Amino acid sequence: MAEKLMSFEEAIKRYDPVWGLETHVELNTKTKLFCPAPYSFGGEPNTELTPVSLGLPGSLPVLNKQAIDDAIRLGLALHCHINEWSQWSRKNYFYPDMPRDYQISQDDKPLNGEGYLDVELDDGSTFRVPILRAHVEDDAGKNTHIGGAAGRIEGAAYSLIDYNRAGVPLVEIVTQPVTGTGAKAAEIAGAYVRMLRDIARALGVSEGRLEQGNMRADVNVSLRESPDAPLGTRSETKNVNSFRGIEKTIIYEIRRQATILSQGGEILQETRNWDESTQTTANGRLKSDANDYRYFPDPDLVQVHTTQEHIDELKATLPEMPLHRRHRLQKEWGLDDRQMHAILNAGALDLIDQTVQAGASADGARKWWLGEISRVANEQKLALDELPVTPDDVAELEQMIADGKLNDRLAKKTIAGVLAGEGTPSEVADAHGYKVVEAGSELGSIIDKAFADNPDVVEKLKSGNMKPMGVIIGAVMRATRGQADAKAVSAEVIKKIRG
Amino acid sequence: MARFTKDQVRHLGSLVRIALSDDEADRLKNDLNVISQSITHVQDVATADVPPTANPVPLEAPLRPDVPAKTLDRDEILAQAPKSQDGQFVAPRILGGK
Repeated sequence: MAEKLMSFEEAIKRYDPVWGLETHVELNTKTKLFCPAPYSFGGEPNTELTPVSLGLPGSLPVLNKQAIDDAIRLGLALHCHINEWSQWSRKNYFYPDMPRDYQISQDDKPLNGEGYLDVELDDGSTFRVPILRAHVEDDAGKNTHIGGAAGRIEGAAYSLIDYNRAGVPLVEIVTQPVTGTGAKAAEIAGAYVRMLRDIARALGVSEGRLEQGNMRADVNVSLRESPDAPLGTRSETKNVNSFRGIEKTIIYEIRRQATILSQGGEILQETRNWDESTQTTANGRLKSDANDYRYFPDPDLVQVHTTQEHIDELKATLPEMPLHRRHRLQKEWGLDDRQMHAILNAGALDLIDQTVQAGASADGARKWWLGEISRVANEQKLALDELPVTPDDVAELEQMIADGKLNDRLAKKTIAGVLAGEGTPSEVADAHGYKVVEAGSELGSIIDKAFADNPDVVEKLKSGNMKPMGVIIGAVMRATRGQADAKAVSAEVIKKIRG
Repeated sequence: MARFTKDQVRHLGSLVRIALSDDEADRLKNDLNVISQSITHVQDVATADVPPTANPVPLEAPLRPDVPAKTLDRDEILAQAPKSQDGQFVAPRILGGK
């Protein structure tokens, strides 16, 4: 089917795309939403459980205050209306990832109601994504399917279940149907999820690592003939766990649905799955019985009461929002949009900011993080903050350059040592003897030797022809194995010639 | 007033994985319609000046501090399960059954 899909350009010309995202953000509270079991990513299976996480008869859920406060702060950052009373409902389903056979979620009375998020696009324009709600619910456990191909549920003989994650608090942020994005649908959706991640990190409520399942999105897409037409039937692609995956899902679904519609076909309301290996979505199950979860108020839990006073207290704890901070830093650092995008794309904003706060110049910090360090990160396929170099290291390196202890060449060798895990810049420089040869008797005698080896050059210099100066500097650099400061050498040579 | 059909009752039965005989579906349908009628009566009485009630108990949820507590012993938990493997619960085949 893939080779017969309508081109994206053609699809956009003929149809108006409407999309929506349901983004799950896992909160990084110490304990679960309804019980005091701890949770850590990658922990030994089934060691982080209490009777509540296992849904044992007679156990009763008790709410985690931190989870509610984190969720409200997230809601405030998304300009949501915070409901004074919110309620818990059971979402019933039969699947072994939840021992209770229901998820505790919020249905008609969510904690956070309508809001919005402004996202900035590559061309500098801003788009407002309308948010319907941001409710709280608990996560499910993790299944590992055994006996099928590549761990798939299809064809598996049985499944192993680790319930550690069952009960971890999630905030599900649901957008309204987003209209008016046209050809920029995927770009805006991607910018929106990245901004959500940045906000969650700025608030400190989630690590926001998609690859560790801290965030994942269900992607809804539908097409209609024109912006005036009623919304078309949508598909829902579940649990997409990368930014690129979310963007590609939207593009793929627009092309797939346009192809079907243009041939007179009908879009089925169904759930689909994004397949990274084929770069396509494949159908999951039909969603004709949308109400089959039989939501009803959880009789074990009463409503959450959130006073205006408490909301105001939490509001006062909100940090500077990422978009505001981005604009401020760009101005402070004197960067143009292109330079700023390079920093954002490299994921280096926080690192550069911390390096500047540790005393480095913005230019110096930017040079190292986007240059040598990015190069090594790309080589090793790691994120910048996964390398053994810290903002303090880079600031120290810059200071060593400013103090004349290192030249550019030695600084590069030093950072290579830091990146190899050999220690801080001063430790690396000490261990390897990286040190600029300073002006003085040592440098003087090296220059004298260069003079003696190149008498013709010395004659020219003495006659006022400074062109062959490079020959002497080159000779000195070779003799010091690059550890001299070219400027100091040059000054010393001139002094000697004129002296 | 909402009236339940036998097909709806059967559908509900399949959602909660309860096998219903024809007689049982019939009986439950009648029971549910009595309940539905009672709800209709309550709605008739609940006029605009009666605030919606989400829970019969007029309480707000108590909140606990985010402090980890002791967890259960894994071997003890898994010993309660019909089957376990590598520290995990074993669930029978999910797809391909009935």
